[in-house]
Amino acid sequence: MATIEQVQRPQTGDTGAGLWPFSRHDVRMALIVTRREVRDAFRDWRIIIPIILLTLFFPLLMNFTAARMLGFVSEYGAEIIGTRLVPFLLLVVGFFPTSFSLVIALETFVGEKERRSLEPLLATPLTNAQLYLGKMLAAVVPPLFASYLGILVYLVGLALTVNWVPTWQLLVQTLLLTTIQGFVMVAGAVIVSSQTTSTRAANLLASFIIVPMALLLQFEAVVMFWGNYAGLWWLILGLAITALVLMRTGIHVFNREELLGRDIDQIRIGWMWRLFWNRLTGRDERGRYPSPGTWLRQTLGLLPALRTPFAVVLLGFAGAVVLGYVLAHRYAFPAEVQEQLASVDHLQNLASIRGALSRLPALIFAHNLRVVALASLLGVFTFGVMGFAIYMIPWAFIAYIMTQLAFADQSPWSFLLATIAPHATIELPALLLVAAAALRWQTAFIAPTGDRTISESWLAAAADFTRVFVAIVVPLLLLAALAEAYITPSVVMAVYGR
Amino acid sequence: MITAEGLTKRFDDFEAVRGVSLEVREGELLALLGPNGAGKTTTVRMLSAILRPTAGRATVMGYDVVAEADRVRRSIGLLTEQPGLYPRMSGLEYLVFYGRLYGLDDEVTARRSRELFARFAMADAADRRLGTYSKGMRQKVGIIRAMLHEPSVLLLDEPTSAMDPRSAKIVRDAVAQLRRDQRSIIVCTHNLAEAEALADRIAIINAGRIVAHGTVAELKQALLGAPLMQLQLDRSLNGETQFLDELVTVEMVDGRVIRYRTAEPDRHNPELVHRLSALGLGVVSLQALPQSLEDVYLRVVGAVPAEGDEQ
Repeated sequence: MATIEQVQRPQTGDTGAGLWPFSRHDVRMALIVTRREVRDAFRDWRIIIPIILLTLFFPLLMNFTAARMLGFVSEYGAEIIGTRLVPFLLLVVGFFPTSFSLVIALETFVGEKERRSLEPLLATPLTNAQLYLGKMLAAVVPPLFASYLGILVYLVGLALTVNWVPTWQLLVQTLLLTTIQGFVMVAGAVIVSSQTTSTRAANLLASFIIVPMALLLQFEAVVMFWGNYAGLWWLILGLAITALVLMRTGIHVFNREELLGRDIDQIRIGWMWRLFWNRLTGRDERGRYPSPGTWLRQTLGLLPALRTPFAVVLLGFAGAVVLGYVLAHRYAFPAEVQEQLASVDHLQNLASIRGALSRLPALIFAHNLRVVALASLLGVFTFGVMGFAIYMIPWAFIAYIMTQLAFADQSPWSFLLATIAPHATIELPALLLVAAAALRWQTAFIAPTGDRTISESWLAAAADFTRVFVAIVVPLLLLAALAEAYITPSVVMAVYGR
Repeated sequence: MITAEGLTKRFDDFEAVRGVSLEVREGELLALLGPNGAGKTTTVRMLSAILRPTAGRATVMGYDVVAEADRVRRSIGLLTEQPGLYPRMSGLEYLVFYGRLYGLDDEVTARRSRELFARFAMADAADRRLGTYSKGMRQKVGIIRAMLHEPSVLLLDEPTSAMDPRSAKIVRDAVAQLRRDQRSIIVCTHNLAEAEALADRIAIINAGRIVAHGTVAELKQALLGAPLMQLQLDRSLNGETQFLDELVTVEMVDGRVIRYRTAEPDRHNPELVHRLSALGLGVVSLQALPQSLEDVYLRVVGAVPAEGDEQ
């Protein structure tokens, strides 16, 4: 029996290589989905009417506002306010229609799931990546089209009414920001909608996207009022990286298992705790706990998995040192401060804290624990960025001071070896290790491991972090605190007391 | 052709399918029966490479459902429990969209779609928006979608649900034709008469396990015993039944009516009639009493089916 599928050429090369995870075949298949979705969207008046209003009416309103405002501020000789505000309004005109991409994205994913039209689609030869790309483009293309049209209407209006034309740089920046913001919102919406089972729940969770985007818009306003348009390039780069990270996460999240495997939203505290506890303690399926020695060996066995995050943290560490060095050159201390730096009496400093020496190990240890706790907490909310950036700040500062000491004809190496190295030899590896474990945990949702879901990966990585922290980092920090309290002062005395 | 060995699916703490093994050969139709929540839909989702099995293995047309999911999906036509159409598209647009996903030429899809619309008695509806279709028509569009790329394997979940008797007959005829065309077909259904009429073999699934599997006759034999025969004589036996017990298992004698079971009716019935004639007893009628698939089903899953949604 000859059937159509037997005569079709098998499709290979489903994914592209490198940063762009889609092949040409993926794009071709994705565009079939996109065309259908876009056509469907343009048949829905609930989408079309607001887009038309935002594309035509809103830019004209902004034109009117901009013209009136320019006239008003020029009466008081404050033209600069107008010239800074008009470009920002350009950004706002572009942003408003893209905000619709969020609504469409939430609707196309979770709405389709709710209407049960997703399962037939999942039974076709479409891969997860093709379906994801197709739906993402479908969510982002109509609003972006509306945004570009809105920007055009606004610019034509301004050119005709107040004879204002943007620079090429500003225009390109606005278009890039508008486009990337659209992709960030849609990529975020995909993650949100794949974790929920109803449009209502997805809309509620959408505030996790709307609030940061609103803050971003305010930040952009500050940058534009400041007139630092070069700074916008960094913002564009940061947003592009965020969009890629979110898209990569979205590809992982958007899979058949996740989409059809759950029917109701529920928070399963018991299940979460069991998963975390079993991973943390090494408890097996029969409920048996390993001996302390076995547990420690298991924990040490986790270290090879930290290679990549450790490399990232080391890179960050090197970057912090270089940054401190560069900043020291750019912002060198004035001569009188350099003199003060040269005359610092380390022994006197040491004497001033001698009274507190007995309490010092506990204080240092508690302080380091607080730092680890705070950095880990911040890392959870910043996709791991603040989780390790906090550990880097002191090293940027140390590098800065060492360079300044060199400028003041002091030996930076004596300073490093006497005041930092004795305890940092233990403390630094401990903090780099905990930073790597935290980074792995806080970015676990970007690339869940094996067959695990995002929540399983996140909880497992959190348990691994806790294991490494308790078994390795806490003892090392305790040793480092003892070294800082008892050995470092002796070394300082030995080096500076001569 | 479909094979499954020890197919298992676990959702966290809940095991929806437990070690399901089955085989559907070319040109064979297997009816998958079972109460709501028994694991039929989850089994079909695993066979159509939508869900990954937690344990076990399955192949469709020789392709592994995990390792060669793309080829599996290319080889199957799936009718989902709910057709899940796009209400703002016309029937034809919808099918052309699906045709593109299977790499079919738009013209070929359109021509084939119109043929199928006509075959399912909906020729006039092809250009109408799907939102205006009745429930039965939507179900038929779902079936057309599954047949569109002429797959070798069809997985049909409740193909005639929500259909009037005429439409259901059209669909049953279409499914029967597909079987004759050497397709391998699995039909999940609650309609036992339909299963009995269409299926070569039946698998009854309950609480995630296949609890009975075989042809209708085999299942009846295994679960309800040997065929039950009813004999009506022209006069009463007057208690002389000893000669009957030598041949068959007598279940009841009531005046001129005798009910008995025999595993070999072709051999025992003529012999019985011969002996009765020798005694001067005339046979008014002899018939096999119907034993329905429903009796088998209820015997297997219990008189009251468990309620619950499909996973």
